[in-house]
Amino acid sequence: MIWLAVLVCGVGCYLLKLAGMSVPDRVLEHPVLRRTADLLPVVLLAALVAVQVLVTKGPDGPALGIDARLAGLGAACVALVLRAPFIVVVLVAALTAALLRL
Amino acid sequence: MALDAATRTIVRDGIAVGVATGAYGISFGAISVASGLDVWQSCALSLLVFTGASQFALVGVIGSGGNPMLGALSGLLLGTRNTLYGLKVAPMVEWPGRRRAAAAHILIDESTAMTLTRTTRAHARAGFLSTGLSVFVLWNLATLAGAIAGDSLGDPRTYGLDAAVGGAFLGLLWPRLDSVRNRVAALLGAALALSLVPVTPAGVPVLAAGVVAFGLGLIGREEVAAS
Repeated sequence: MIWLAVLVCGVGCYLLKLAGMSVPDRVLEHPVLRRTADLLPVVLLAALVAVQVLVTKGPDGPALGIDARLAGLGAACVALVLRAPFIVVVLVAALTAALLRL
Repeated sequence: MALDAATRTIVRDGIAVGVATGAYGISFGAISVASGLDVWQSCALSLLVFTGASQFALVGVIGSGGNPMLGALSGLLLGTRNTLYGLKVAPMVEWPGRRRAAAAHILIDESTAMTLTRTTRAHARAGFLSTGLSVFVLWNLATLAGAIAGDSLGDPRTYGLDAAVGGAFLGLLWPRLDSVRNRVAALLGAALALSLVPVTPAGVPVLAAGVVAFGLGLIGREEVAAS
């Protein structure tokens, strides 16, 4: 199943890139479509942040919960405010959570 | 063909971006194996999908116990932004048929950014190719290194690798939080996803948050006109 997901995502993402390189610019002249496309990464990334940090595996499936990951996210936030590069942001998040769990 | 000075500078900048971006392929590789993919699946993702946010999304959904196909769908939705990039890049590089098909694979955030600022076709092509190719090579090598390292670490929680995923997504989101509209969209998306967590299978909340983008897209006319 994971392999199938990798292939589907790979082929699909390539076709999305190729479509952008191949279709005329006019396609996205419709303002609703353009705004939706602009907002999609913002909304999805924000949802991914929230779910990755606040969801734990409970006995009856996924549940909300707070643990060291939230502290890691807070530290990542500070790193971003200080204009740290991406790799530093990721390391700071991991390190903070790891230290809290010692 | 000898390169003129301006082109040499463009190529050098492109390679520098590639080195910087490739470095965080290490974190992708490590997070990917921590999420339950094996080394080969992680490397295949970087080779075939080759667009960071989509790859992180796919492994994120799998890591949280979601159906891998829901992860693939999240990755595809995030991949739609490359379509927008293509619309802007294509008229600048003007590659025909087969070359365009090959170039499409390295159409990503970085290669787009290093192309759109150019004023001639030759410089646009130089920026696109030098950035896209150097990111591709280094991203894939780094994924392999990160995946092998992550594989030998043992329990990923000990090293906070589960927290690194949230940090990675925040790092990708951060530069996009540059307007009130986008900040509101981010908060709504996060809130909707969290509210769905207790009542839907893993992977669904993130996809459902995409509805917020469409909703705000429908009503956002005035704000865009004003900016």
